[in-house]
Amino acid sequence: MEVENMAGDYSLSDAQELHVLAVDDSHVDRKVIERLLKISCCKVTAVESGRMALQYLGLDGEKSSLGIDELKVNLIMTDYSMPGMTGYELLKKIKGSSALSKIPVVIMSSEKILARIDRCLEEGAKEFLQKPVKLSDVKRLKDFILRGENDNKETEQMKEGSCSRKRKIQDCSLSLTQTHDIPSSPKCSSAPLLQQSLLKHPKIA
Amino acid sequence: MQRQAAYMRRSLFDQEYLDEQFIQLEELQDDANPNFVEEVVNLYFTDSARFIRNIELALANGPYDFNKLDDMMYRFKGSSSSIGAKRVKSECSQFQEYCNQRNIEGCKRAFQGVKQEYATLKSKLDTYFQIAREAS
Repeated sequence: MEVENMAGDYSLSDAQELHVLAVDDSHVDRKVIERLLKISCCKVTAVESGRMALQYLGLDGEKSSLGIDELKVNLIMTDYSMPGMTGYELLKKIKGSSALSKIPVVIMSSEKILARIDRCLEEGAKEFLQKPVKLSDVKRLKDFILRGENDNKETEQMKEGSCSRKRKIQDCSLSLTQTHDIPSSPKCSSAPLLQQSLLKHPKIA
Repeated sequence: MQRQAAYMRRSLFDQEYLDEQFIQLEELQDDANPNFVEEVVNLYFTDSARFIRNIELALANGPYDFNKLDDMMYRFKGSSSSIGAKRVKSECSQFQEYCNQRNIEGCKRAFQGVKQEYATLKSKLDTYFQIAREAS
Protein backbone atom coordinates (compact mmCIF):
# COMPACT_ATOMS: atom_id res chain seq x y z
CA MET A 1 0.00 0.00 0.00
CA GLU A 2 2.79 2.41 0.85
CA VAL A 3 4.45 1.67 -2.48
CA GLU A 4 1.28 2.77 -4.26
CA ASN A 5 1.17 5.97 -2.18
CA MET A 6 4.73 6.76 -3.13
CA ALA A 7 3.85 6.25 -6.78
CA GLY A 8 1.07 8.78 -6.48
CA ASP A 9 3.29 11.32 -4.74
CA TYR A 10 6.18 11.36 -7.19
CA SER A 11 6.63 14.82 -8.64
CA LEU A 12 8.14 13.34 -11.80
CA SER A 13 5.17 11.34 -12.99
CA ASP A 14 4.85 10.42 -16.64
CA ALA A 15 2.79 13.60 -17.04
CA GLN A 16 5.88 15.71 -16.38
CA GLU A 17 9.12 15.77 -18.29
CA LEU A 18 12.58 16.36 -16.90
CA HIS A 19 13.51 19.98 -17.57
CA VAL A 20 17.18 20.18 -18.48
CA LEU A 21 19.24 23.36 -18.67
CA ALA A 22 22.08 22.82 -21.16
CA VAL A 23 25.03 25.22 -21.11
CA ASP A 24 27.57 25.23 -23.96
CA ASP A 25 29.33 27.96 -25.92
CA SER A 26 29.36 25.84 -29.09
CA HIS A 27 26.34 26.28 -31.40
CA VAL A 28 26.87 22.83 -32.84
CA ASP A 29 27.03 21.15 -29.45
CA ARG A 30 23.96 23.04 -28.21
CA LYS A 31 21.97 21.86 -31.20
CA VAL A 32 23.08 18.27 -30.73
CA ILE A 33 22.48 18.13 -26.97
CA GLU A 34 19.08 19.73 -27.49
CA ARG A 35 18.14 16.99 -29.95
CA LEU A 36 19.52 14.23 -27.71
CA LEU A 37 17.43 15.51 -24.82
CA LYS A 38 14.26 16.02 -26.84
CA ILE A 39 14.50 12.49 -28.23
CA SER A 40 14.81 11.35 -24.61
CA CYS A 41 11.59 13.20 -23.78
CA CYS A 42 13.13 16.03 -21.83
CA LYS A 43 12.20 19.67 -21.94
CA VAL A 44 15.33 21.63 -22.88
CA THR A 45 16.54 25.16 -22.31
CA ALA A 46 19.90 25.75 -23.99
CA VAL A 47 22.09 28.75 -23.16
CA GLU A 48 25.52 29.72 -24.37
CA SER A 49 27.31 30.75 -21.19
CA GLY A 50 27.55 30.31 -17.44
CA ARG A 51 26.45 33.88 -16.97
CA MET A 52 23.28 33.27 -18.99
CA ALA A 53 22.66 30.07 -17.06
CA LEU A 54 22.82 31.96 -13.76
CA GLN A 55 20.54 34.63 -15.19
CA TYR A 56 18.03 31.96 -16.20
CA LEU A 57 18.20 30.36 -12.78
CA GLY A 58 17.66 33.74 -11.15
CA LEU A 59 21.04 33.71 -9.40
CA ASP A 60 22.65 36.82 -10.77
CA GLY A 61 20.52 39.39 -8.98
CA GLU A 62 18.39 40.08 -12.05
CA LYS A 63 14.76 39.24 -11.63
CA SER A 64 13.90 36.17 -13.67
CA SER A 65 10.97 36.72 -15.98
CA LEU A 66 9.77 33.13 -15.57
CA GLY A 67 7.45 31.85 -12.90
CA ILE A 68 8.69 29.37 -10.31
CA ASP A 69 6.97 26.39 -11.95
CA GLU A 70 8.32 27.10 -15.41
CA LEU A 71 11.72 27.67 -13.97
CA LYS A 72 12.01 24.35 -12.16
CA VAL A 73 15.10 22.73 -13.58
CA ASN A 74 15.68 19.06 -12.82
CA LEU A 75 19.16 18.79 -14.29
CA ILE A 76 21.94 21.08 -15.48
CA MET A 77 24.34 19.84 -18.16
CA THR A 78 27.27 22.14 -18.71
CA ASP A 79 30.37 22.15 -20.88
CA TYR A 80 33.58 22.45 -18.88
CA SER A 81 35.65 24.75 -21.11
CA MET A 82 33.76 27.91 -21.86
CA PRO A 83 35.02 31.48 -22.25
CA GLY A 84 34.27 33.71 -19.28
CA MET A 85 32.85 31.37 -16.66
CA THR A 86 33.94 27.74 -16.91
CA GLY A 87 31.58 24.84 -16.20
CA TYR A 88 33.49 24.25 -12.98
CA GLU A 89 32.92 27.83 -11.83
CA LEU A 90 29.25 27.52 -12.74
CA LEU A 91 29.06 24.28 -10.75
CA LYS A 92 30.55 26.00 -7.71
CA LYS A 93 28.08 28.86 -7.92
CA ILE A 94 25.14 26.47 -8.19
CA LYS A 95 26.31 24.27 -5.31
CA GLY A 96 26.95 27.40 -3.27
CA SER A 97 23.37 28.56 -3.65
CA SER A 98 20.84 27.34 -1.11
CA ALA A 99 18.06 27.69 -3.68
CA LEU A 100 19.77 25.65 -6.37
CA SER A 101 22.30 23.33 -4.72
CA LYS A 102 19.99 20.32 -4.94
CA ILE A 103 19.81 20.46 -8.74
CA PRO A 104 22.10 17.76 -10.13
CA VAL A 105 24.88 19.14 -12.33
CA VAL A 106 26.65 17.13 -15.02
CA ILE A 107 29.90 18.32 -16.59
CA MET A 108 30.71 17.59 -20.24
CA SER A 109 34.17 17.80 -21.75
CA SER A 110 36.06 16.50 -24.76
CA GLU A 111 39.13 16.11 -22.57
CA LYS A 112 39.26 13.28 -20.06
CA ILE A 113 41.66 14.74 -17.51
CA LEU A 114 41.43 12.78 -14.27
CA ALA A 115 42.35 15.74 -12.05
CA ARG A 116 39.58 17.75 -13.70
CA ILE A 117 37.07 14.95 -13.26
CA ASP A 118 38.00 14.52 -9.58
CA ARG A 119 37.73 18.24 -8.95
CA CYS A 120 34.26 18.38 -10.47
CA LEU A 121 32.98 15.34 -8.62
CA GLU A 122 34.41 16.70 -5.37
CA GLU A 123 32.60 19.96 -5.96
CA GLY A 124 29.35 18.03 -6.26
CA ALA A 125 28.94 17.21 -9.95
CA LYS A 126 26.78 14.12 -10.35
CA GLU A 127 28.63 12.87 -13.39
CA PHE A 128 31.30 13.75 -15.92
CA LEU A 129 30.46 12.94 -19.55
CA GLN A 130 33.01 12.77 -22.30
CA LYS A 131 32.12 14.59 -25.50
CA PRO A 132 30.76 13.98 -27.99
CA VAL A 133 27.82 13.01 -25.82
CA LYS A 134 25.86 10.02 -27.10
CA LEU A 135 22.19 9.13 -26.90
CA SER A 136 23.08 6.23 -24.60
CA ASP A 137 24.79 8.68 -22.22
CA VAL A 138 21.65 10.81 -22.05
CA LYS A 139 19.39 7.81 -21.51
CA ARG A 140 21.61 6.50 -18.72
CA LEU A 141 21.72 9.98 -17.18
CA LYS A 142 17.95 10.36 -17.32
CA ASP A 143 17.46 6.99 -15.61
CA PHE A 144 19.96 7.98 -12.94
CA ILE A 145 18.34 11.37 -12.31
CA LEU A 146 14.87 9.85 -12.13
CA ARG A 147 16.13 7.22 -9.66
CA GLY A 148 17.77 9.99 -7.65
CA GLU A 149 14.50 11.94 -7.50
CA ASN A 150 12.71 8.76 -6.41
CA ASP A 151 15.31 8.18 -3.70
CA ASN A 152 14.80 11.75 -2.47
CA LYS A 153 11.08 11.11 -2.15
CA GLU A 154 11.71 7.85 -0.29
CA THR A 155 14.14 9.54 2.08
CA GLU A 156 11.71 12.33 2.87
CA GLN A 157 8.78 10.03 3.35
CA MET A 158 10.51 7.23 5.24
CA LYS A 159 12.69 9.65 7.27
CA GLU A 160 15.63 7.29 6.92
CA GLY A 161 19.18 8.10 5.88
CA SER A 162 19.93 6.64 2.48
CA CYS A 163 23.34 5.50 1.42
CA SER A 164 22.15 4.59 -2.06
CA ARG A 165 22.70 8.07 -3.52
CA LYS A 166 26.36 8.15 -2.46
CA ARG A 167 26.86 4.72 -3.91
CA LYS A 168 25.28 5.86 -7.17
CA ILE A 169 27.74 8.76 -7.47
CA GLN A 170 30.62 6.33 -7.03
CA ASP A 171 29.05 3.99 -9.57
CA CYS A 172 28.81 6.85 -12.04
CA SER A 173 32.40 7.97 -11.63
CA LEU A 174 33.50 4.37 -12.13
CA SER A 175 31.43 4.08 -15.28
CA LEU A 176 33.10 7.06 -16.96
CA THR A 177 35.07 4.93 -19.37
CA GLN A 178 32.18 2.67 -20.22
CA THR A 179 29.83 3.32 -23.06
CA HIS A 180 26.36 1.98 -22.68
CA ASP A 181 24.70 0.96 -25.89
CA ILE A 182 20.94 1.01 -26.02
CA PRO A 183 19.65 -1.96 -27.98
CA SER A 184 16.43 -0.39 -29.23
CA SER A 185 15.44 3.07 -30.32
CA PRO A 186 14.38 5.21 -27.37
CA LYS A 187 10.73 5.90 -26.73
CA CYS A 188 9.20 8.49 -24.48
CA SER A 189 8.13 6.22 -21.64
CA SER A 190 9.00 7.49 -18.20
CA ALA A 191 6.22 5.51 -16.53
CA PRO A 192 7.92 2.11 -16.94
CA LEU A 193 11.14 3.65 -15.54
CA LEU A 194 9.34 4.73 -12.38
CA GLN A 195 7.76 1.31 -12.01
CA GLN A 196 11.17 -0.31 -12.39
CA SER A 197 12.60 2.01 -9.74
CA LEU A 198 9.78 1.11 -7.38
CA LEU A 199 10.56 -2.55 -7.82
CA LYS A 200 14.21 -1.87 -7.03
CA HIS A 201 13.44 0.15 -3.91
CA PRO A 202 10.61 -1.54 -2.09
CA LYS A 203 9.64 -0.09 1.25
CA ILE A 204 11.09 -2.16 4.05
CA ALA A 205 8.97 -2.25 7.15
CA MET B 1 20.58 8.37 -57.27
CA GLN B 2 20.05 6.56 -53.99
CA ARG B 3 22.84 4.17 -54.82
CA GLN B 4 25.10 7.12 -55.62
CA ALA B 5 24.31 8.71 -52.25
CA ALA B 6 24.93 5.45 -50.43
CA TYR B 7 28.19 4.94 -52.29
CA MET B 8 29.38 8.42 -51.48
CA ARG B 9 28.44 8.00 -47.85
CA ARG B 10 30.30 4.70 -47.68
CA SER B 11 33.46 6.21 -49.16
CA LEU B 12 33.40 9.16 -46.72
CA PHE B 13 33.73 6.59 -43.93
CA ASP B 14 36.16 4.32 -45.77
CA GLN B 15 38.48 7.23 -46.49
CA GLU B 16 38.13 8.36 -42.87
CA TYR B 17 36.72 11.77 -43.61
CA LEU B 18 33.95 10.86 -41.16
CA ASP B 19 33.79 8.70 -38.07
CA GLU B 20 31.22 7.07 -35.74
CA GLN B 21 29.94 10.41 -34.48
CA PHE B 22 28.37 11.17 -37.87
CA ILE B 23 26.38 7.94 -37.54
CA GLN B 24 25.27 9.03 -34.06
CA LEU B 25 23.87 12.19 -35.67
CA GLU B 26 22.14 10.21 -38.38
CA GLU B 27 20.41 8.18 -35.68
CA LEU B 28 18.94 11.38 -34.28
CA GLN B 29 17.23 12.09 -37.57
CA ASP B 30 13.65 10.97 -38.14
CA ASP B 31 10.55 11.83 -40.18
CA ALA B 32 9.78 14.76 -37.91
CA ASN B 33 13.37 16.04 -38.22
CA PRO B 34 14.44 14.81 -41.66
CA ASN B 35 17.23 17.34 -42.19
CA PHE B 36 18.81 17.27 -38.76
CA VAL B 37 22.25 16.11 -39.90
CA GLU B 38 22.44 18.65 -42.70
CA GLU B 39 21.34 21.41 -40.30
CA VAL B 40 24.04 20.50 -37.80
CA VAL B 41 26.67 20.30 -40.53
CA ASN B 42 25.62 23.69 -41.94
CA LEU B 43 25.91 25.16 -38.45
CA TYR B 44 29.38 23.62 -38.26
CA PHE B 45 30.36 25.23 -41.59
CA THR B 46 29.14 28.66 -40.43
CA ASP B 47 31.01 28.42 -37.12
CA SER B 48 34.11 26.99 -38.78
CA ALA B 49 34.42 29.92 -41.17
CA ARG B 50 34.65 32.17 -38.12
CA PHE B 51 37.10 29.93 -36.22
CA ILE B 52 39.38 29.66 -39.26
CA ARG B 53 39.31 33.38 -39.92
CA ASN B 54 40.19 34.17 -36.31
CA ILE B 55 43.07 31.69 -36.24
CA GLU B 56 44.34 33.10 -39.53
CA LEU B 57 44.36 36.60 -38.03
CA ALA B 58 46.13 35.36 -34.88
CA LEU B 59 48.83 33.68 -37.01
CA ALA B 60 49.37 36.73 -39.23
CA ASN B 61 51.67 38.69 -36.91
CA GLY B 62 53.74 38.27 -33.77
CA PRO B 63 53.91 38.31 -30.85
CA TYR B 64 52.19 34.92 -30.89
CA ASP B 65 50.01 33.89 -27.99
CA PHE B 66 50.26 30.08 -28.04
CA ASN B 67 47.73 29.64 -25.27
CA LYS B 68 45.21 31.66 -27.23
CA LEU B 69 46.02 29.81 -30.46
CA ASP B 70 45.62 26.48 -28.68
CA ASP B 71 42.33 27.59 -27.15
CA MET B 72 40.95 28.72 -30.51
CA MET B 73 41.94 25.45 -32.14
CA TYR B 74 40.49 23.50 -29.22
CA ARG B 75 37.10 25.02 -29.93
CA PHE B 76 37.28 24.31 -33.63
CA LYS B 77 38.41 20.77 -32.91
CA GLY B 78 35.46 20.32 -30.54
CA SER B 79 32.96 21.30 -33.21
CA SER B 80 34.71 19.09 -35.73
CA SER B 81 34.53 16.20 -33.31
CA SER B 82 30.82 16.78 -32.75
CA ILE B 83 30.02 16.14 -36.41
CA GLY B 84 32.50 13.28 -36.80
CA ALA B 85 35.04 15.15 -38.94
CA LYS B 86 37.84 12.66 -38.36
CA ARG B 87 40.58 13.99 -40.63
CA VAL B 88 39.96 17.62 -39.68
CA LYS B 89 40.15 16.64 -36.00
CA SER B 90 43.48 14.93 -36.60
CA GLU B 91 44.95 18.04 -38.26
CA CYS B 92 43.69 20.16 -35.36
CA SER B 93 45.54 17.90 -32.92
CA GLN B 94 48.71 18.32 -34.95
CA PHE B 95 48.35 22.11 -34.68
CA GLN B 96 47.87 21.84 -30.91
CA GLU B 97 51.03 19.75 -30.66
CA TYR B 98 53.01 22.56 -32.28
CA CYS B 99 51.37 25.07 -29.91
CA ASN B 100 52.62 22.99 -26.99
CA GLN B 101 56.11 23.11 -28.51
CA ARG B 102 55.81 26.87 -29.04
CA ASN B 103 56.73 26.18 -32.66
CA ILE B 104 55.11 28.90 -34.77
CA GLU B 105 56.32 27.60 -38.11
CA GLY B 106 54.94 24.19 -37.23
CA CYS B 107 51.64 25.83 -36.30
CA LYS B 108 51.47 27.67 -39.60
CA ARG B 109 52.19 24.49 -41.55
CA ALA B 110 49.66 22.51 -39.54
CA PHE B 111 47.09 25.23 -40.07
CA GLN B 112 47.45 24.83 -43.84
CA GLY B 113 46.69 21.14 -43.29
CA VAL B 114 43.61 22.01 -41.22
CA LYS B 115 42.28 24.36 -43.88
CA GLN B 116 42.91 21.83 -46.62
CA GLU B 117 41.15 18.96 -44.88
CA TYR B 118 38.29 21.25 -43.92
CA ALA B 119 37.84 22.50 -47.50
CA THR B 120 37.88 18.93 -48.84
CA LEU B 121 35.34 17.77 -46.26
CA LYS B 122 33.06 20.72 -46.92
CA SER B 123 33.13 20.09 -50.65
CA LYS B 124 32.38 16.38 -50.21
CA LEU B 125 29.58 16.94 -47.70
CA ASP B 126 27.98 19.65 -49.82
CA THR B 127 27.91 17.20 -52.73
CA TYR B 128 26.71 14.33 -50.55
CA PHE B 129 23.75 16.26 -49.13
CA GLN B 130 22.80 17.50 -52.57
CA ILE B 131 22.78 13.97 -53.96
CA ALA B 132 20.96 12.64 -50.89
CA ARG B 133 18.29 15.33 -51.24
CA GLU B 134 17.79 14.59 -54.92
CA ALA B 135 17.55 10.91 -54.15
CA SER B 136 14.70 11.27 -51.64
